[in-house]
Amino acid sequence: MCPVRIPTEQEKHGRRGRPITDHDAQEINRVEELSYDLKVREVMTARLHTTSPEVSLSDVLEILRLNRISGVPVVQDDQLVGVISIEDIVRAMERNDLTETVGQYMTRRLVTVASYDSIIKAMQTFTESRVGRLPVVDEEKKLVGMITKGDITRGILLALQKDYKEEEVRKYRASHLFEDIISDRTTLVLRYNIKAQDYTHGGNASSNIKRALLRLGADPQIARRCGIAVYEAEMNLIIHTNNGGILKLEVEPHRITMSTTDDGPGIQNIDQVLEPGYSTASELVREMGFGAGMGLVNIQRCVDKMEIESTPGKGTKLTMRIQVPAENFNGRKNG
Amino acid sequence: MDKAMNLQEIIDRFDLTVLTEPRDFLTIQPAGGYSSDLLSCVMAGAKSNTLWITLQAHLNIVAVGALLEVAAIIITENARPEAGTISKANQQGVVLLSTSRTTYEINGRLWEMGIHTRG
Repeated sequence: MCPVRIPTEQEKHGRRGRPITDHDAQEINRVEELSYDLKVREVMTARLHTTSPEVSLSDVLEILRLNRISGVPVVQDDQLVGVISIEDIVRAMERNDLTETVGQYMTRRLVTVASYDSIIKAMQTFTESRVGRLPVVDEEKKLVGMITKGDITRGILLALQKDYKEEEVRKYRASHLFEDIISDRTTLVLRYNIKAQDYTHGGNASSNIKRALLRLGADPQIARRCGIAVYEAEMNLIIHTNNGGILKLEVEPHRITMSTTDDGPGIQNIDQVLEPGYSTASELVREMGFGAGMGLVNIQRCVDKMEIESTPGKGTKLTMRIQVPAENFNGRKNG
Repeated sequence: MDKAMNLQEIIDRFDLTVLTEPRDFLTIQPAGGYSSDLLSCVMAGAKSNTLWITLQAHLNIVAVGALLEVAAIIITENARPEAGTISKANQQGVVLLSTSRTTYEINGRLWEMGIHTRG
């Protein structure tokens, strides 16, 4: 009934019994994250029914019945002294003792949670104490509310709903960028500095570009074509340049322009590099799977227009352009 | 093929080792396959949601697999990617599978199973 998964011993003490690494931390899902973020006071019921030790059990039964609750905290002189629940009253009924007072039958073994605890703490306490509701106390141990597993579920669902709405709003904003900003010509420019020989981060800029385009509402096919073209260009900067270079993406409602610029070594014979299979890649680079001599050929296949300007000893500028059909980037159907 | 093979069946049939985090492989139905160890060829030839069979275990296969949105990368002849490669694959949602068999054998068997690349 309760969708909140109580963490296992393993999870409580780190995954697979070892400390949580940064990598593990990234994989903790949103619900788990929320169980740490959300505080008891944010999900508890603060509007409280309380009773005191001298009240008769039949009166308490009436409170429970009228409010459709299964237990109330017992307070004396502002201090929480116990909890009286249906189960306690059933015990009294068995002995035909309903005229007795709350003080006689209440549970005095007090398990509480603090209002400033995260709800993961409350979930652990629920599991350990096997009770259905817990009194919540503040820093001065004064009763401030009650919490049930249902409250936790509701709290998490509400938080997830808020997350979802924020994500929707964020997506909406990004995809309407070009509609919302009015100018004669709106261009969004993204720049990435690519380091030479940095194989470890090879493809990161391309992944980010593809993601950005999708977020801006680009057609997935166009985002894929851009991703492939820009990957080849990015790898060229990594593999072939002396000092790396700059990868630039310019997004306009009707077209996407990608370019790389570097300061050398430049290309000796441009016609040759456009031949499929021609490669100047070193043996080492080929071992990693690069240097098929297909990079620029792939780019040409993916983009509508490609231009290379290069001066040996000076550097190379590669420009790639993809035209975006009118219906892309949302709501641009009629220009 | 009569019924689309899902990735779980393929993993079971070839006893493939799942290197990345487990996920619901039953719902992944590869639309075909592509084999090459040259990344640019893969960029040109592999379609999305296909299996890429390669001997290459270098970090850069992850970026290629992610950009192409392949169903999974099957790394052959027990070539083992480094831990950093596996963690990047997890981050980017790329499935890495490993086998001791050769690329040739995996290709042949996948084809036999009816996994052909189409259109």
